[in-house]
Amino acid sequence: MSGFDRLAALVAKDLLVELRSREVAYSTLVFALLVLLIFNFAFELRVENLQALAPGVLWVTFIFAAVLALSRLFAAERDRGALEGLLLCPVDRGTIYLAKLISALVLMLAVEAVAVPVFIALFGLNLPLGPLGLVAFLGSLGFASVGTLFSALAAHTRTREGLLPLLLFPISVPVIIATVKATGGVVAGEPWGVTLPWLQLLAGFDVLFAGLSYLVFELAVEE
Amino acid sequence: MGWIRRLEWLDLLGILTGLSLMAGLYFALVYAPTERLQGPVQRIFYFHVPSAWVSYLAFFVVFVASILYLWRRSAFWDRLGRASAEVGLVFTTLTIVTGSIWARPIWGTWWTWDARLTTTLILWFIYLAYLAVRSYIADPNRAARFAAILGIIGFVDVPIIHMSVVWWRTLHPEPVVVRAEGPALEPPMLVALLVGLAAMTLLYVYLLVHRVMVEETRDDLQLIRQRLAE
Repeated sequence: MSGFDRLAALVAKDLLVELRSREVAYSTLVFALLVLLIFNFAFELRVENLQALAPGVLWVTFIFAAVLALSRLFAAERDRGALEGLLLCPVDRGTIYLAKLISALVLMLAVEAVAVPVFIALFGLNLPLGPLGLVAFLGSLGFASVGTLFSALAAHTRTREGLLPLLLFPISVPVIIATVKATGGVVAGEPWGVTLPWLQLLAGFDVLFAGLSYLVFELAVEE
Repeated sequence: MGWIRRLEWLDLLGILTGLSLMAGLYFALVYAPTERLQGPVQRIFYFHVPSAWVSYLAFFVVFVASILYLWRRSAFWDRLGRASAEVGLVFTTLTIVTGSIWARPIWGTWWTWDARLTTTLILWFIYLAYLAVRSYIADPNRAARFAAILGIIGFVDVPIIHMSVVWWRTLHPEPVVVRAEGPALEPPMLVALLVGLAAMTLLYVYLLVHRVMVEETRDDLQLIRQRLAE
């Protein structure tokens, strides 16, 4: 098997487990929709204030949902002692990291792909789906790349899920700033010249965070 | 690290730290002239800037200790990182508190989301998480390893956070000492600041050494307990 085949096999395993049980996807999706519902009451979202609030509302929803999904990322391995099995596989730790990152990213994007149309339908704000999809992809990638590493760390702690946001939120502030700014530009229909620098910055953060996490992941799962 | 205990230099360091802190008080409150526009409240600058300097120094020590721990896997580097993060967190808190006290009369608000303030607050949260990781993991080796990972990523993250927040907005006064045109401070003010910096740095070193020794004793106790239980 080539490195790519191994990666594909690991991702397929995660997605298959998720497709069969639908444990994480359902809970995360319903959670995201509930957060949108609460935002509606909290901010009394109306057409006048919606354009200014939409980026924040969307990303708080996505990030909270992502933390929920990320905290379960290593759950199956941990609960059933399968982490040792995974580590004994003839694949290097970096490949395991990439596989988990892709699984997390697919899950995040799936939830976002349902939540955004619901948001549009509920609040009647017309969002440019193409550019928004690009921002969502880059933002989710940045958040998931550190999230995957910290999920592996948090899986070994006593509070497990409790520690993940404590680690993840402060470190991922640059990603969050760039993503919300870029989303704001897209939602307000600003010219590309305004949004593009934020997208470039975001892409830079993605490369940096994914690279750094890829390098130190080995230390996080070492037994 | 038995040599730390045998030597008397630690007591000397303690006395020196105490003296320099008193000198720092004198220079900040008596020697330095009152700032013309801001009045006496500006004197908090002589505590605020040294605290901020010590926080960055402490977190840099955490960063270096983390790398050395992952490379050497010796308990000493882990203890040093642990101790420095804790002392650094205290000084970061001091920085934020003294800054707020100054900002209230000068800016008219306790807090603003300026780049430097925001970065410092995020820094505070990162090292809070660093200490939380340690206390939530039962296995000491794993705790040390995970904390070291966070010690590295957290420090690398600081300039990135700062840059992204600067792009976002900024209001904090520009640096007045380290800049291309030379210091913009009046000489007596600069002297007061330098004395403050030296005193705070000594205090940091003194606290750090003590903290490392406490951690060492704690690890020893743990080991003795384990042996007794066996």
